[in-house]
Amino acid sequence: MDNLTALIAGFGEVLTPLNLMIALLGVTVGTAVGVLPGIGPAMTVALLLPITYGMEPTQALILFAAIFYGGMYGGSTTSILLNTPGESASVVTAIEGNKMAKAGRAAQALATAAIGSFVAGSIATLLLVFVMPQVVDFAISLGAPEYLAIILVAFVGVSAVLGSSRVRGLASLLVGLTIGLVGIDFVTGQQRLTMGIPQLADGIDVVVVAVGIFAVGEALWVAAHLRRKAAEVIPVGRPWMGREDWKRSWKPWLRGTAYGFPFGAIPAGGAEMPTFLSYMTEKKLSRHPEQFGNGAIEGVAGPEAANNASAAGTLVPLLALGLPTNATAAIMIGALEGYGLEPGPLLLEKQPDLVWALIASLFIGNAMLLVLNLPLAPAWAKLLQIPRPYLYAGILFFASMGAYAVNAQPFDLFLLLVLGLLGFGMRRFGLPVLPLIVGVILGPLAEKQARRSLQLSGGDPSGLIGGPVAWVCYAIIAVVLLWPLIARVVRKIRDSDKNRDREVVA
Amino acid sequence: MSEKTLAGRGGDRAQYGVCAGLALLGVLVLVDASRIGAATSSNDPIGPRPVPIILGLLLVVVSIFYAVDVARGGVGEAEAGEDIDLSTRIDVRTVTMLIGVFAVNALLIEPLGWVISGSLLFWGAAFALGNRHHIRGLVLGVALALITFYAFAIGLGVNLPAGILQGIL
Repeated sequence: MDNLTALIAGFGEVLTPLNLMIALLGVTVGTAVGVLPGIGPAMTVALLLPITYGMEPTQALILFAAIFYGGMYGGSTTSILLNTPGESASVVTAIEGNKMAKAGRAAQALATAAIGSFVAGSIATLLLVFVMPQVVDFAISLGAPEYLAIILVAFVGVSAVLGSSRVRGLASLLVGLTIGLVGIDFVTGQQRLTMGIPQLADGIDVVVVAVGIFAVGEALWVAAHLRRKAAEVIPVGRPWMGREDWKRSWKPWLRGTAYGFPFGAIPAGGAEMPTFLSYMTEKKLSRHPEQFGNGAIEGVAGPEAANNASAAGTLVPLLALGLPTNATAAIMIGALEGYGLEPGPLLLEKQPDLVWALIASLFIGNAMLLVLNLPLAPAWAKLLQIPRPYLYAGILFFASMGAYAVNAQPFDLFLLLVLGLLGFGMRRFGLPVLPLIVGVILGPLAEKQARRSLQLSGGDPSGLIGGPVAWVCYAIIAVVLLWPLIARVVRKIRDSDKNRDREVVA
Repeated sequence: MSEKTLAGRGGDRAQYGVCAGLALLGVLVLVDASRIGAATSSNDPIGPRPVPIILGLLLVVVSIFYAVDVARGGVGEAEAGEDIDLSTRIDVRTVTMLIGVFAVNALLIEPLGWVISGSLLFWGAAFALGNRHHIRGLVLGVALALITFYAFAIGLGVNLPAGILQGIL
């Protein structure tokens, strides 16, 4: 019940005209960028980060969370009306959603996506209210070695579990860790990887890395392969659903939520897996399996709910442990650090007002999004027709402005260009960008925890291994890293069993 | 799944360049680590060196695994998106022009100020991306630069230089 009291206090905090304005601004900007091709919520938060340094931390976080939720809503509009999903999380929505749109049911597809997102977002945020403090209670007892082990699980999770290639994920993570290493060592004051350049002594700012990789890298990559003829947008009226659509949607919404939240909450979950699982489940349970592949409404309702529930789920590790599990969360951690707040289990204890106001703002933002998305969908769809040269020139414009504003030095703009080219190369060679950004943000923290552990044990390496929580973490890491080997052994054993069975039969 | 875009060209040899780059980065990290003085103390038993050494070694190891993956025919899937047409070759001219426009902004931002350099950045980038309405592009660029300058630099106190227009804006 304490949680609810705190949440109500959080509502009290949020319900000021200024904060409501900020939430409204956030969901509007979030929806717009979600709809716009080429811009995701991570890039938007990165671009806005330097601008918000003048704001109160609570207001900045309300803005970011609103953009995050808004981006999820907007993304579904794009994937339904254009058959080319911008984010990996909305790939599944596009399968049935675009078929529905082509069959003249775009209004219903958008409606089930928006209402499903609202339902899933609300339930998942409520789950967050109850789960997050529990995780904090558990995490607060953890020492430096356990914390190190959990960070390492997150590293392995984002690089080896998410994404299609483990070696490419790990390569990206290591590049990120290297970028995070640049600067003066926090204990001894030794310069590392600064190459004698004074501007690098303070390290490379997270904003510059995020803007470089997400915004400049993306703009350059799109420029290299720009579609000369813009993809066709399916025209749409005001979203609505008939009685039959409601009947077919509500169960997928709830099942999608059940998949999405836990996957979002674990360090290696992400949104792709639950959206895919939700799609498969709906296909299996549907009374109209023949409609799947031709525009089944369940195939939009379930994955969209899973997508939004997973977004809320990612806030559990973000707020309780200081661990980001997606790119937007990673940049929000960077923002917290920029305000001098220490992300981690102590955040809830030291800044309860901020955390509860943030969560309350999620409920409000979610309700605003429903109002904003249902009647205004045709207006949002117009954004898809913005001339691409202006769109991507605008991205480069805001990227330069943001990166310069961090330290007011032109050096950062050259650094931004180098990081942009890195982002370009990563997109060309299929290296995922999430492990890199997580490495940049969590790398220094991991080193700090490792050195703190060794300090406590007086340099004895056994100090790194810690207690049972850490053992479990290392076991998970070992299984994930050795999985190809384990799978091979298991297959061999199974094969030899089969052979033996055959011999017995013979 | 990963082989659909580039398999037609008999694998993607350029990936070996990525492996070489990773290995080189690893060596660089190791060389830099060897240069760091061994500063350990009772309250920091390991000092600043072990982490870069481990990182450098891991980079080299991963670059080898990566090369093995490429040799076995592994191909990284180039990123797709709404505005991306992967069937075209990389448009080197556009990308080079964008890099040039970007660098010009970095050079001019302090002497000329954000309003001028930012306008040029927007107009130049739009031109590189195929915009041929020069006046409209320039008007949009100037408008964006002025709006951002007044809203952020003067309104929110964000660091943006006024440059030669100091006193006029």
